[in-house]
Amino acid sequence: MSALSLCNLTKTYANSITALQAIDLEVEEGDFFALLGPNGAGKTTAIGIVTSLVNKTSGSVSVFGHDLDTDLAAAKACLGVVPQEVNLNQWDNVHNCVLNQAGFYGLARKHAGERTEIVLRELQLWDRRDETARNLSGGMKRRLMIARALVHEPRLLILDEPTAGVDIEIRRSMWAFLRQINEQGTTIILTTHYLEEAENLCRHVGIIDAGRIVEHDRMSAVLRKLHQEVFVLSLTDIVPSSLSLDGFDYQVVNEHEIEVEVHGDRNLNQLFEALSQAGVQVSSMRNKTNRLEELFMRLVDRRDKELTERIAEPEMRL
Amino acid sequence: MDFQRQMIALYTVARKEVVRILRIWLQTIVPPVITMTLYFIIFGNLIGRRIGEMGGFDYMQYMAPGLIMMSVITNSYGNVVSSFFAAKFQGHLQEMLVAPMKSYVIILGHVTGGIVRGLAVGAVVTVVALFFTRLEVQNPLIAISILILTAIVFSLGGMINAIFARKFDDVAIIPSFVLGPLTYLGGVFYTTSLLPEFWANVSAFNPILYMVNGFRYGMLGVSDIDIVTAYIIILAFVVLAFGTCLYLLSRGIGIRE
Repeated sequence: MSALSLCNLTKTYANSITALQAIDLEVEEGDFFALLGPNGAGKTTAIGIVTSLVNKTSGSVSVFGHDLDTDLAAAKACLGVVPQEVNLNQWDNVHNCVLNQAGFYGLARKHAGERTEIVLRELQLWDRRDETARNLSGGMKRRLMIARALVHEPRLLILDEPTAGVDIEIRRSMWAFLRQINEQGTTIILTTHYLEEAENLCRHVGIIDAGRIVEHDRMSAVLRKLHQEVFVLSLTDIVPSSLSLDGFDYQVVNEHEIEVEVHGDRNLNQLFEALSQAGVQVSSMRNKTNRLEELFMRLVDRRDKELTERIAEPEMRL
Repeated sequence: MDFQRQMIALYTVARKEVVRILRIWLQTIVPPVITMTLYFIIFGNLIGRRIGEMGGFDYMQYMAPGLIMMSVITNSYGNVVSSFFAAKFQGHLQEMLVAPMKSYVIILGHVTGGIVRGLAVGAVVTVVALFFTRLEVQNPLIAISILILTAIVFSLGGMINAIFARKFDDVAIIPSFVLGPLTYLGGVFYTTSLLPEFWANVSAFNPILYMVNGFRYGMLGVSDIDIVTAYIIILAFVVLAFGTCLYLLSRGIGIRE
């Protein structure tokens, strides 16, 4: 069953900017789905429409089979949302922020209290329950927004850049928590600028650019589309001036480091064989770029190139 | 979401609003009481002594229901406009918009807050009035029903203002340039029988005149306006304002992109 289905979804704002151009997207129940794209690509608009904070221009949206136009309340009941901007009532305490949200979803007071305690404990905020929201650190505010979104046990959780501005330790603990609730059955849609995050967490990915879905596949399939990776090798000795690696291009970074390109038709064994033949000892190695980031940049670059060509064409005719 | 769950949501919104009023009582309850006390001292006690009688009562007695009504109007309006706009401005209005609550639940929850603050300030102003004059309540049911209906009208008015407001200035414009003048010209301090015929006729277009006189009828048993007419006008405004709020929220005007 589809947790989320977007069909021909279009949004044109009052200032005539088209943020979404007839996009189609399916997210299966139980999936951990990454929605990626550069700033202004249309991610937040898409999420805004799904959560009914933005009115669509045309197309349809359904959440677990509930159409937003005809069965809005049922669709909303399935959804939990963590927005990009902190939108807590800054004067409320942590406990009330979550308890009130449970009440807005119609949870009886006693049940709401129990759920509030559960989610605050899970997100390590129970000890701070009497603290005013504005006194929390950035990371705690993010966790509080997740707790608030989970209090009514949504079947679909949408997180719009939940780890923005959060330090790596908290980010990793949030990843562990999100993995856990996904394993327990909650479908998760995540937008993020940290592509490493998407690569680590998500099984499927949709890449949106200029209001269009430019890639939609399994994460592993998307990553396979990359035919080249760049490795940075630290050498034990100084890089020889006449170094030649059979069939591999490389660049000298500094006197102890080189960057080597490994294309899809070669493998690391062949690289190390070439290094051994050249008499070079490698002390450490790391991947230069995040693979997903690489693919993402290629897709966006391709779009920019096409745009440039389209703009240039009339001039050429002249 | 079934009706029972909608009622739980309504209770939650109303409770949140009342907690807010109590949390910032130094801003919500105390300042209007101080302002009204000054009105009683200056207009009632110092100037009122020279005025003598009005409508068959000493001036302080005549003015007291007007001042109580004035505090209910400004506070019910002010409560909803500030609370709803702050929620919109800070973004936490989204908490309610993403939940499966009906629009009427959001409206009624905020109106409950407006009524509670309006009546709380009205009650304290009544206690203050008792230090200055003797108050008799001729028709308690009429007095309290007119107060509540008026609080509903202005709570809804505050919500409409907040829905359209884009910056804090927009929240202050209506109270300063519309609500204030209408209230002062709505028979709080005088009977319209003192006005020249032309201005008395113009006053008939001021809805606050019907509210102030309806409440004065409940308190003192005198009014410039027929009480049935007052009820009809106030109820018409309740229906009109509620319908407007419902339309705006359902369409997402001012709150959704």
